[in-house]
Amino acid sequence: MSQTLDVLALKELARDLRLDVLEMTTRAASGHVSSSYSCVEILTALYFGGVLRTRADQPHWPERDRVFLSKGHAAPIFYAVLARAGYFGRDELWGLRTVNRRAEGHPVQDRLPGVEMTSGSLGKGISVALGHVLAGRLNGLDYRCYVLLGDGECQEGQVWEAAMAAAHFQADNLIAIVDYNKFQESGPISREMELEPFVDKWRAFGWHVEEIDGHDFAAIIGTLQAVQEVRGQPSVIIAHTVKGRPVSFVEADYRFHGKALKPEQAEKAREEILCA
Amino acid sequence: MRLGEKAGLQPARQMRDVFGDALLDLCRKNEKVVVLDGDLCSTTKTLRVREEFPERFFNIGIAESNMISIAAGLASCGLIPFASSLAGFILANGYDQLRISVALAGLNVKIVGSHGGITLGKDGPTAMAIEDFALVGGLPTFTILVPSDPATLYKAVHAAAGHVGPVYLRSSREAMPHIYPMDNCPFQIGRANVVRQGRDLTIVGCGIMVAAALDAAAMLVEEGIEARVLDMHTLRPLDRDAIVAAARETGAMVTAEEHLLYGGMGSNIARVVAETHPVPMRFVGLADTYTDSGEAEDLLEKYSLTANDIVQAAREIKRNT
Repeated sequence: MSQTLDVLALKELARDLRLDVLEMTTRAASGHVSSSYSCVEILTALYFGGVLRTRADQPHWPERDRVFLSKGHAAPIFYAVLARAGYFGRDELWGLRTVNRRAEGHPVQDRLPGVEMTSGSLGKGISVALGHVLAGRLNGLDYRCYVLLGDGECQEGQVWEAAMAAAHFQADNLIAIVDYNKFQESGPISREMELEPFVDKWRAFGWHVEEIDGHDFAAIIGTLQAVQEVRGQPSVIIAHTVKGRPVSFVEADYRFHGKALKPEQAEKAREEILCA
Repeated sequence: MRLGEKAGLQPARQMRDVFGDALLDLCRKNEKVVVLDGDLCSTTKTLRVREEFPERFFNIGIAESNMISIAAGLASCGLIPFASSLAGFILANGYDQLRISVALAGLNVKIVGSHGGITLGKDGPTAMAIEDFALVGGLPTFTILVPSDPATLYKAVHAAAGHVGPVYLRSSREAMPHIYPMDNCPFQIGRANVVRQGRDLTIVGCGIMVAAALDAAAMLVEEGIEARVLDMHTLRPLDRDAIVAAARETGAMVTAEEHLLYGGMGSNIARVVAETHPVPMRFVGLADTYTDSGEAEDLLEKYSLTANDIVQAAREIKRNT
């Protein structure tokens, strides 16, 4: 299990992870910075906030809790977190999106230790996690499965096929977290393809729903612990986030989706991250 | 003429019926096998597993995409999921999931496409699978099995479970006559079976077209042509050795499949022949078209998938060489 950090230490770690992402994507001149930044606190809380039972040196430990990155384009922050958690060396990070290296543009299962699932065509995470839940019942193991989804991703039909099935199978050890940063590639979600009433949709599909500020460590950790007590239904945490946080000019322009920052932009972003 | 009659083959039960028994038998022998269903267990006969092993059977509902990704999760935990539906539904609806969740990491998922080809008949072209070889051919890491009779189907189900990695098994609704004795059927993934010896040309068939090929070979004897017949029960990995030997030793080849010619078995065999020992070839299969609904026999006749069509192709080659 990773060391459990207090909120102050988590904030410092989140800052360092943002700098890792900046370095990775600027070197690669490619990668999704803004989509990574909206979910830094969520992933940091999961891996370092005392939530997960995992063993970084045994990535296939059968009893481990699982994390499925369904929004595969957040690969940079995911890799940065896994490296800090000890799944692999930080040198892997600098091979992001590079031939003959293992940090693929979007995660491929087991290409790097700790990557539980292939993602990058969206919508698969809850389904795959449900497979792990059903297998856990047959194998007599009581691990939990966490799925991180994007908001735009919830436009995929498979998300709702899986939502229906997870409720049907009463998968109360399945916890979905939606990084609701309100923007998809082409623009605001509300303009491109509205998800609201979002909470009502999940409730109608039979899920227990919580809404939180997805950058507030205390709220994230508290809610992740609280939903562990839910019985008979899966839980979803709608995490309200800011795409690109805390870099002002990235937050202000959705067209940064899928783009790395140019070196001079990266330097400015670095200053803002350090001052935030 | 009944399929297999000319070749002296004995009639058999429907293939879906054999599949139901084979899968149940596998579940009894291997407790890691679990079955996923797209709400067609009565049709595909996986119902028998549901009745005997309810805890290892999951009806995922009419949601094939979800079913494939769930199977990927089960396989990642060491189980051996068999996901089953009609061949026409499971690949087309679940293709993104087959690619992303299963094929890329080479997971140990078994996909069974029941009711393959056009012989499911009366439900018509929407329920048929005439493009499944091409679709699964587009997924590196997948092994592709196409049994030709009850014995090979039984063996293929067990071989699929024994093979580590993704497998697509195409089965059929209809009966295929016995080609092998049930208790003595050679079946090794990637090794074609020579079901008839001959030196004048080779007919390579898969699925229901193996029986048609044997009928055709019997008819060709009357014209003084001794045809070798290969049962290509594995489309990937293709048995290159058997193909090269056939080209070299018989000098001409006809392929026969219940699938579109475009992207089917024949074109893959032709690539091997062209690379190694080019010989004249002809291809029996479905032309670039969808079919009507109807009786299997009538459809095979109308769309030129019979022993007569194989005989004509063989004659054409022999006339031109």
